[in-house]
Amino acid sequence: MAVYKKTYRPYEGGLTAPLTRFLVIPRYAFEELHRSRFLTFFFLATYIYPLICALIIYVQHNASALSLLGVQGANRLISINVVFFMGFLGWQSMLALFLAAFAGPGQISPDLANNALSLYLARPFSRLEYVLGKISVLVILLSLMTWIPGLLLFSLQGYLEGWDWMTANARLASGIFLGAWVWIIVLSLLALALSAWVKWKPAAGALMFGVFFVAAGFGATVNAVQRTKWGHLLNISNLIGSVWVELFQGANKTTSGTVFFRVPEGQELPLWCCCSALAALCAVCLYMLARKIRGAEVVR
Amino acid sequence: MDPVIELDGLEVRFGTRAILKKLKASLDGRAIGLLGPNGAGKSTLLNTLLGFHKPGAGTARVFGRDIRTQAREVRSLIGYMPENDAFIAGMSGVHFVRLMAELAGLPRADALERAHEAFFYVGLGEVRYRTLGTYSLGMKQSAKLAQAIAHGPKLLFLDEPTNGLDPPARARMIQLIQEIRDRGDLHLILSSHLLRDVEECCDQVLILKDGNIAAFCNLEEERRLNRRFLEIETRGEANGCFVEAMEKLGCETAAGAQGRIKLIMPDGLEVRRLYEIAAEQNVQIRRLHHKRDSLEDIFLKAMEATNGRL
Repeated sequence: MAVYKKTYRPYEGGLTAPLTRFLVIPRYAFEELHRSRFLTFFFLATYIYPLICALIIYVQHNASALSLLGVQGANRLISINVVFFMGFLGWQSMLALFLAAFAGPGQISPDLANNALSLYLARPFSRLEYVLGKISVLVILLSLMTWIPGLLLFSLQGYLEGWDWMTANARLASGIFLGAWVWIIVLSLLALALSAWVKWKPAAGALMFGVFFVAAGFGATVNAVQRTKWGHLLNISNLIGSVWVELFQGANKTTSGTVFFRVPEGQELPLWCCCSALAALCAVCLYMLARKIRGAEVVR
Repeated sequence: MDPVIELDGLEVRFGTRAILKKLKASLDGRAIGLLGPNGAGKSTLLNTLLGFHKPGAGTARVFGRDIRTQAREVRSLIGYMPENDAFIAGMSGVHFVRLMAELAGLPRADALERAHEAFFYVGLGEVRYRTLGTYSLGMKQSAKLAQAIAHGPKLLFLDEPTNGLDPPARARMIQLIQEIRDRGDLHLILSSHLLRDVEECCDQVLILKDGNIAAFCNLEEERRLNRRFLEIETRGEANGCFVEAMEKLGCETAAGAQGRIKLIMPDGLEVRRLYEIAAEQNVQIRRLHHKRDSLEDIFLKAMEATNGRL
């Protein structure tokens, strides 16, 4: 019907599948994020390091390129091994923290500040779908800068090195994939929980850094004063680092982590403690979300 | 046919405080008014029907669908215009309504088309590309109405739709609601503490007080009765004969002092006949008026009831 016929009419067309309806939220969110030049440039800049890594892998397998550069022995200096891939994941994950701190707070806080939640939830759309929609914005963005380029690098190396290398180093691929997912889930839940509780976006972003860096500093103080290592439980990057070491290396540990995520030698916590601490953090975030994501606020 | 809303011992508690107390009613009007003072439980009732609050006891059904077990289906039938400001900052009006229509299940192209239509329908066609944050209060109210009707619901919840509107904007909003009601495609529930809004738009009224149903009346029925209820003031010597003549025609009458007579006319008898008989009896009818303000009477009576029930 043409818009000039100013009348109300019921809708008689078809409906979309209920299970995929939550994907409407990331589609609109990406349009919104794309309008921010800073975020767009920052996101594109996160591909610089993966490109450098790809170049290194390529050059390492190309003798003529090495001779052209006059560095014939360079392939012995940079090895494409567990340290290389953990370094890649560590660097990208730190950038992911910054991106989550910039993009995360804008997900829920504007809806809460303008009472839009009642509009979302008055539709055939549940609280779970709302959270799924919002979290998928971060999950997609962070995946695009962590495990997806990581696995592409792994594939490139495998392609150039051969099938034997791939099968022998399959643990690296699973480490990249699972390690990145652990980080993405922790980051996304934390960003959404803070976004749900702090309505002012800059404050929510600052708090995100606070949770990582201030808590880590507090943990270090606890360690120093109490002469213990349990203060590392407050340091999320240490917890993640411990999980990564296990995922990448299993029982044959050759490194104690990677850049930004390294656990000091001799201060490693048991793996089950790290996993439990991360699970507890996720549970707290989910509880915070469950308390705030409601169609109507109840004043008791 | 299933009633629009059926309340079956519905109770809602916030902590230890009972907000809705075992409500029982069956509403089947085209436009149902929810009346009551602030804090009576009107918004809580709407929110409970939408699934925002879990009933402590009892249940409710919307078009026969249980709000406890079929909440998603219930919400797919409803369009909701909340009481407070509710929008997504930084989004243009049409973008916002399109998003809401897509969340209700409309495909992208249909949602965009319906969003434009809804915006024109509520009179915001010219400003549909402006950011919602820059809208005036009246425009925001209209935008909320647009998002509530864009997906073509079967039941429309309007929570204080005229809140904060100036008289022309209020008149426009009431006119829109009446138009939607008169098209007959959907039912609407209008929650308000303004008697005039409810009287102008609704044919059934549920009055709440302290979480109880204080009164339930069919305004259409009341209006029909009121049309038969006349108060007249007469002058002349033959008042008694005039009253007798009216009674012979089937009127119920009550004569008062100074020629005042109250009449309930039977169906089929026109007011014109009253004048004819008056002329025959040589009686002058100086004043005649229909009974008015029935809703106000009902509301005041409901509010005076000590336990919140009539």
